[in-house]
Amino acid sequence: MKPFLRENIPTDLEEIPDAPAYEAGYLVTKNAGWRNVRPVIDPLKCTVCLNCYLHCPDGVIFRKDGRVEIDYDFCKGCGICKKICRLGAIEMEAEKNG
Amino acid sequence: MAVNAKTLNETEFFYGHKACAGCGGSLAVRIALKVLGENAVAVLPAGCMSAVGFNFPQLCFGNNAIISTFAGTASMLTGVQAGLRAQGITDFHAVGFAGDGGTADIGLQALSGAIDRNDDILYICYDNEAYMNTGIQKSSLTPFGARTTTTPAGKNIHGNLRPKKNMFEIVAAHGIPYAATASVGYINDFMRKVEKAKSIKGTKYIHILAPCPTGWGIKTDETIEIAKEVVDCGLWYLAEYENGRFTLNHRPKEFSSVKEYLKKQSRFRHLTDEDIDIIISSRDKKWLQLAES
Ligand SMILES: Cc1ncc(C[n+]2csc(CCOP(=O)(O)OP(=O)(O)O)c2C)c(N)n1
Ligand code: SF4
Ligand code: SF4
Ligand code: SF4
Ligand SMILES: [Mg+2]
Repeated sequence: MKPFLRENIPTDLEEIPDAPAYEAGYLVTKNAGWRNVRPVIDPLKCTVCLNCYLHCPDGVIFRKDGRVEIDYDFCKGCGICKKICRLGAIEMEAEKNG
Repeated sequence: MAVNAKTLNETEFFYGHKACAGCGGSLAVRIALKVLGENAVAVLPAGCMSAVGFNFPQLCFGNNAIISTFAGTASMLTGVQAGLRAQGITDFHAVGFAGDGGTADIGLQALSGAIDRNDDILYICYDNEAYMNTGIQKSSLTPFGARTTTTPAGKNIHGNLRPKKNMFEIVAAHGIPYAATASVGYINDFMRKVEKAKSIKGTKYIHILAPCPTGWGIKTDETIEIAKEVVDCGLWYLAEYENGRFTLNHRPKEFSSVKEYLKKQSRFRHLTDEDIDIIISSRDKKWLQLAES
């Protein structure tokens, strides 16, 4: 199962289990804020070779409807995907957040 | 046919983790779990991969995963497989992900014991060549000349004085059913080795070189290139040990420049040409030995 962001994030002590064990794949925060630059895939240049998907340390590149897409909630903007793409289909763009 | 990007399990099992951007170790864990699948039961000792995967109540593993003591990766794996078998569960892969410090230093005794018992486990050492989680201290897998916080580079002493321990050969010397080296720069080779290990009963060991941008002083997008370059310049080699025999998987026709490899990383930037000559001659000695075996 793929870990996913939960809707109810425990905040009170009562909601946090006493035992030091927890549900598998229980995400409470995103990693998007780590990023200064974001990878953007040009679908016209991309041949879906999956090389970027294979090398992303965060596993945030995925296949959807015959294309590859990026989960920007968890991409850290490392730039590995851009370097690995032999077709130059990925550009790193500055994040515009204030 | 060996598993590749197209046939690899699409599910992510290591997701949302807090590793630094571009972390090689997290790529090794991610890919290994995709090859092993949801029946993997992962054991992670103290070190970066447990620190970034378990942030209570956040748990970035989609499969079963547990933290062990720093020294106890292999002994906990022994317990995990024994416990599962006792419950009548046979369809599982007990896999450990330990760092270089957790493997070659403090965890060596537990690992040696598990191999001796031939417990049915897969032990993966992700080697980032220092104690990264605690702030870049030298381990016995830190290479000669590397600057760490405990082997600083000064006027008289140029970083680490000792050579890198050869964990692969130490493990092979136990007569283990399967051992291999790998690099995140050759990810298909790594996937093939994990897949092979998955099908073998008994103890398996894979040692994967996994650059750490933070500790090595490289850019976050250079992890894969540097992990490829270390193989291409001959300072690391891809090999397997099976049925008592060594196989070299990749023999570069001509080595790329060691100096270029080193100078890209701030941990080696202080090295003089004489230091680099020492590194090159120890590489040549090793390859001569590999050619003879
Ligand atoms: C017995 C014990 N000693 C020391 C520590 C502190 N400690 C936690 S992680 C770590 C470094 C781990 O280095 P390594 O195994 O190379 O993994 P990395 O952090 O580099 O991924 C240390 C020294 C500990 N947790 N337990
Ligand atoms: S590496 Fe480039 S061409 Fe290949 S899937 Fe990624 S973006 Fe597309
Ligand atoms: S920038 Fe890094 S984290 Fe983001 S998609 Fe590319 S490889 Fe993955
Ligand atoms: S310090 Fe290095 S090994 Fe640890 S999470 Fe960061 S990049 Fe990975
Ligand atoms: Mg380490």
